[in-house]
Amino acid sequence: MMIRNTIVVSGLAAMVSAAPAFAQTEVEFWHAFTGRLGELVAKQVETFNESQSDYVVKATHKGNYSETLNAGIAAFRAGEQPDILMVFEVGTATMMAAKGAIKPVYEVMADAGADFNPDDFIGSVKGYYTTNDGQMLSLPFNSSTPVLWVNRDALSAADIDPDVDLSTWENVGGVLDKLKASGNACPLVTAWQSWIHLENLSAYHNVPFATKANGFGGLDTELALNGPVQVKHIQTMGDWAKDGKFIYAGRRNESGANFRSGECALFTESSAGYAGIKDEATFDFDVRPLPYWSDVEGAPQNTIIGGASLWVMAGQSDEEYKGVATFLNFLSSPEIQAKWHQDTGYLPITQAAADLTREQGFYEKNPGTDVAVTQMTTNAPTENSKGLRLGSFDQIRGIIDEELEAVWAGDKDAQTALDSAKKRGDELLRRFEQANR
Amino acid sequence: MEKRVTFKGIWLPLLLVLPQLVITAVFFFYPAGQAVYQSLFIPDPFGLSMQWVGLGNFEYLLGNAYYRASFVTTAIFSIAVTVVSMGVALYLAVLADRLIKGSGVYRTLLIWPYAVAPAVAGVLWLFMFNTRVGVITWYLGVLGYDWNHVLNGEEAMGLVVVASAWGRISYNFLFFLAGLQAIPRSVIEAAAIDGARFWTRFRTIVWPLLSPTTFFLLVVNIVYAFFETFGVIHTITGGGPQQATTILVYKVFSDGFVSQDLGSSAAQSVILLVIVGALTILQFKYIERRVHY
Repeated sequence: MMIRNTIVVSGLAAMVSAAPAFAQTEVEFWHAFTGRLGELVAKQVETFNESQSDYVVKATHKGNYSETLNAGIAAFRAGEQPDILMVFEVGTATMMAAKGAIKPVYEVMADAGADFNPDDFIGSVKGYYTTNDGQMLSLPFNSSTPVLWVNRDALSAADIDPDVDLSTWENVGGVLDKLKASGNACPLVTAWQSWIHLENLSAYHNVPFATKANGFGGLDTELALNGPVQVKHIQTMGDWAKDGKFIYAGRRNESGANFRSGECALFTESSAGYAGIKDEATFDFDVRPLPYWSDVEGAPQNTIIGGASLWVMAGQSDEEYKGVATFLNFLSSPEIQAKWHQDTGYLPITQAAADLTREQGFYEKNPGTDVAVTQMTTNAPTENSKGLRLGSFDQIRGIIDEELEAVWAGDKDAQTALDSAKKRGDELLRRFEQANR
Repeated sequence: MEKRVTFKGIWLPLLLVLPQLVITAVFFFYPAGQAVYQSLFIPDPFGLSMQWVGLGNFEYLLGNAYYRASFVTTAIFSIAVTVVSMGVALYLAVLADRLIKGSGVYRTLLIWPYAVAPAVAGVLWLFMFNTRVGVITWYLGVLGYDWNHVLNGEEAMGLVVVASAWGRISYNFLFFLAGLQAIPRSVIEAAAIDGARFWTRFRTIVWPLLSPTTFFLLVVNIVYAFFETFGVIHTITGGGPQQATTILVYKVFSDGFVSQDLGSSAAQSVILLVIVGALTILQFKYIERRVHY
């Protein structure tokens, strides 16, 4: 009798709380953005809250990417998780493996009866966050891809035509020779070396970075980054480093300061570097597609993304999930996406947003901003270029950084360093496999 | 006759020490016990499942060449930080102690770096030694030396040692100066009258009488180098290049919070606990014997 009463009461309570007329449902959203990006996110949320009266999204900044993920994990363990958590792309495998902690986006959309068509999204953007059978697990939020930034004045100063063809690494090598010969102290720098020169290099040349379709096929994946294409590229970069043609400045985007100050001629960096470079550079610059090796069959394929996506956490009420679905749909609507893409330099996540941006004449006014979009969308992604899904990936990147530094310092040749990176990274992958069995 | 206050019952004294006992139990024994417990499992980050692996985490760690190398790195780093910060502090304290005028100004100025948080200190030093735009790097370049701590492990180690020791010099300086001022002038003056020069006086009188302070600072500084230098390493090198500056504590962080490998992280905490316990026992057993109170 007691039990039945409780059920009746809780049933009533559920009905009361489900009635929208009484109160707005609150949707909690934890993100990792500060500064200009933080303001833009706040603006999106504000626009959403004003656009309807059923739901209120509360956005909270929880620190950088790693800190936000850790906050989300700690909150889940305490039963206090937010509805939406922003997770950077290398945390994807961690989130995916936590089956009881998340609610896949396709499920959220289906349960809420929301109008949601995964085909609207750009394949190479959503691919990173979908299962092998095309189910979207998290909603891509901010995505960028590496491109080549060129200081045209530095090329002119070295008597090189600033419109010189830089589409292949062979051509880049020739230009670096000339820059060096003319006394340029910083011909080439890079940001995010593992992301650009191994992860994207592999995808762009359609060779695997890891077995089992880059980890999409199962937790028993192993690194495959010591193949001939990768070794050739890293060895070439190592030789350039030895000759002073490639200057190494750090693991993250420390080198951006050198490029923006005009010191360096060529710079491989995320397309999202646009805002900073446009702001600070006092020289003539342009954006080129990431170079490729012309002797590799199938190159250029497409590059992969970096950035973050939005994960929906498990254990919330149906009403909140409806709010989540509405908010995610709002974020992916063409107008909001196009504005986000133009304000930040991040890629649009839907084809409609890209088309709208083109119609608005943004690419004509800001030449080069479409290079990244073209580079991502020209070819349909393959198994090797869909993305990466590796556990402990943040730390594996640390290992790769160490091994690459050994090559730049001349302590190891590329083959030895990449073999060692594979061996050390595989140990972490086995730990991850064991933890998530 | 020694005067002693004794309690009649057991309850009052127990009540008086209870707060201390509770604090120790809640903030020290409980977390330490949790670390030992967790080190026997491989959990998933979200706490959805745990797998019993016994001593598997320890086996995995000790079988890893980079983890073993991290012991040596930690030893080099801790000794270097302790020697540099205590040596410089003692030198400055001896000089300040001999000052007659203006010693207050010196003292105040020398204490300032202690107020700078380790992470901020790390960033300050990083700016000066930035491989492309750092001021000191530039001057070194003028002198013909190519400074590049992002690729050169020894330079990286030197930089984190200096940055870690820098803020610590103030703290040590204060204690050394107080210790020096507590030495009775009459003893030193007597020695001077007997014809002992500064260096002889320092070696035979000052150094032995300063030993309690030195011992205290030794223990405190080693603990500091082990546990509190995390911020400096995180901001300057992130443990690189090639793990040249990955000390044990930094690895606990990167395994636990970067990789979410809580089992390995817990096992490392347990190993650290054992090492620091053993070190402290060693220090009290062997070095304290030579301390004159």
